[in-house]
Amino acid sequence: MYAGFLASAASSGTDLANASAWAVFLVGAAMILTGAFGVILLRNPVHCALMLVITLFGIALEFIDQSADFLAAVQIIVYAGAIVILFLFVIMFLGVDRREAAGPEATKFQKPIALILGAVSLVEILILSQVDHWVSGAPSVAGRLDGPGENVQKLGQSIYTRYLLPFEMTAALLVIAVVAAVVLSRRQQPGASELRAADKEKLVVGPGGAE
Amino acid sequence: MIGLLADVVGRVSDQATTSTTTIPVPCSISSGGAKITSVCSDTNSLHISVAYRSILPVLVLVIGALALLAISAVLPKRSRPGLYALLTVAIGGLALIASVWQWSDIGNINAHVPAGAQAALNYRLAHQLTIGQQVFYDRFSVLFMALVSVATILGAMTTDSYLRREGLDGVEAYVLMLMAGTGAMLMAASAGLIMLFLGLEIMSISLYVMAAYHRRRTQSGEAGLKYFVLGAFSSAIFLYGVALVYGATGSTQFLEMANFLGANSLSHNGILLAGMALLIVGLGFKVAAVPFHFWTPDVYQGSPTPFAGYMAAVAKAAGFAGLLRVLDMGLSTQQANWRPAIWLMAVLTLLVGSVMAIAQRDLKRMLAYSSISQAGYVLVGLQAASSTGTAGALFYLFTYTFIIMGTFAIISIIQGRGEARNDLGAVRGLAKRRPLLAAVLLVFLLAQAGVPFTTGFLAKFYVIQAAVQSGQYVLAIIAMLSAAIAAFFYLRVALLMYGTEGEAVAGAPGVSGGAGVSGGAGAGDGSILAGLQPIPSLDGATATATLLDPPAVDEKVRLPVAVALGICAAFTIAAGLSSPMIDFARHATTLFNLK
Repeated sequence: MYAGFLASAASSGTDLANASAWAVFLVGAAMILTGAFGVILLRNPVHCALMLVITLFGIALEFIDQSADFLAAVQIIVYAGAIVILFLFVIMFLGVDRREAAGPEATKFQKPIALILGAVSLVEILILSQVDHWVSGAPSVAGRLDGPGENVQKLGQSIYTRYLLPFEMTAALLVIAVVAAVVLSRRQQPGASELRAADKEKLVVGPGGAE
Repeated sequence: MIGLLADVVGRVSDQATTSTTTIPVPCSISSGGAKITSVCSDTNSLHISVAYRSILPVLVLVIGALALLAISAVLPKRSRPGLYALLTVAIGGLALIASVWQWSDIGNINAHVPAGAQAALNYRLAHQLTIGQQVFYDRFSVLFMALVSVATILGAMTTDSYLRREGLDGVEAYVLMLMAGTGAMLMAASAGLIMLFLGLEIMSISLYVMAAYHRRRTQSGEAGLKYFVLGAFSSAIFLYGVALVYGATGSTQFLEMANFLGANSLSHNGILLAGMALLIVGLGFKVAAVPFHFWTPDVYQGSPTPFAGYMAAVAKAAGFAGLLRVLDMGLSTQQANWRPAIWLMAVLTLLVGSVMAIAQRDLKRMLAYSSISQAGYVLVGLQAASSTGTAGALFYLFTYTFIIMGTFAIISIIQGRGEARNDLGAVRGLAKRRPLLAAVLLVFLLAQAGVPFTTGFLAKFYVIQAAVQSGQYVLAIIAMLSAAIAAFFYLRVALLMYGTEGEAVAGAPGVSGGAGVSGGAGAGDGSILAGLQPIPSLDGATATATLLDPPAVDEKVRLPVAVALGICAAFTIAAGLSSPMIDFARHATTLFNLK
């Protein structure tokens, strides 16, 4: 059952390495949680976006801990570097000072129920992680981590062989994004297309339209 | 432990494979007698064979969408109206032809399966698990590709006049529709969770934008936002499920998952169950099964009407294709665990959908709840976990496409400009004003209610039969009960159209008491005959109708819409009388049998 996981662990496995991996994991997890709580608890949207950077750095750290160096670098460059900057840009663009007035909640008991359900599922996952075996023994599709080849090389091989089609199809997502941006942001053309006030009136009031 | 691994490798390497695409490398899993050898990235091999034939309709849609964009950039701004719709219909037609060709091509492949279990399996893997083993080239995929192609054709035909009426004419709607279809096809063909997720996202993101397409209606924007936020949430849940299932089985490929679970019994399967539950939640959201249905009424109500029909047909079909792939293939060994969950979902979906639909005053909301209840029947077929059940589910989805797209097309006609009238009163007296339109709508309503001689009846019959065959009598009874409840609100609309009952929607907006009752009584006699044998509306009848329906709207039916409605109605009746469709559906259920 454990073959795949333990085999790779056993080859590099000393107590010291395990301990340091554990320590890195803890630091990363602490960063992720701190950042995540910061995002939802802080009031200032700019601070929220900056807290998100901490979360993303924490995730990058966990990637390194898993020997996924390339993913860690991409995580920092793309997410922390580009996407959070984009968030900040939008926040600044819309005005930092503007504060959303939180409207009355739809139902009074929504919040407690959400809290309870969230807590229940968290506990469930924690119990599962304690009770269950997380390793399956099925070999990794990308080949052995300690086998020949660099991290980037393996990733590239995966993308251009087995995952070629999914990789290519992500291009469809980009097309959709472009079209969607055009659709949602374009100003409506005035003129013939406009629903005229007179027509509206006709629709609401009466039998004028009946032919 | 290393020794154990080497042992596995050694045993696998002994197995000679005949096919050229499979390489015996350590990433093979052995099970019982047959072995599945996967293409793993051997460090020396960077070659991958791409069988374009297996994704031909997908390619047609994608290239078509890009071509549309390119054409729209070249053409002058005010070009021939309806051109894009016409091109989209052509693209959909090409995709349909491609999928028909695929169907016969798979027939050729199936005809040459060699004798012997191992040889047959290898042959099938080589020919039917293509493009880096990401896509299945089987009749299950092809049936869904045909379904999506049909939905795209019908969608383009019905969308054009709606967009022109609302002043939203443009190429983007069709591009989004084609892209959504692409995603749906990929979901149906997916051979692993990664491909499934990508298809899901491609489809969903297109649909979010389509929901928000009517920029001047605030409801439309609200629908888009709601769909987007909840949909993104469900996608995240789905992804978490993918991660947990991968953790439990060591693979995201359905066959490898099934193989691993078949060869190993997990002493602690909590992670697997959690992942499975999350996958069901994520896909259940897309098909609007009951505990995850809350978005449906709002989104259908707010979306542009023809798009709502497209959503109801395509998103539901693709979601169910995903569920069937995941549950019936990947987790087929876990039936004992997922069948009760699906059972409960089916019961809730059937009952909540049909009961809530009764309370609706808005046509589109009513149809939203009705579509929820219809999803319940497909769940009944899925729950049976047999080839009869799967065939029933496929038949249901295919025939439902015609019914629901036709219904929404008719609503988009009678609601009038700016979607002014969506309430039940809008259909009042329709038989007088538009006898033929009313008759067609009646066909769709009867089909949804499951009246004999329509596809709706056969579809319900097949899934309930499957439930009975698998010993689920309670579920079968609940399904029939739900059909009885649902008949109420379908027939109520029919009665309103034919104006025999003034009180049916007392309290519906736009119906003033006296006029409603007297007009209803006046229009009462013989109008059902009038609907079935369309007669030109008489002056007197028109006057009554005008009295009844203050906001009479321009209900002109353009030719493409008329053709689309004709196709839908003809299919609904013809396939309901004698159905070769169920044979197609049965052929399509030959999922990979690993035994």
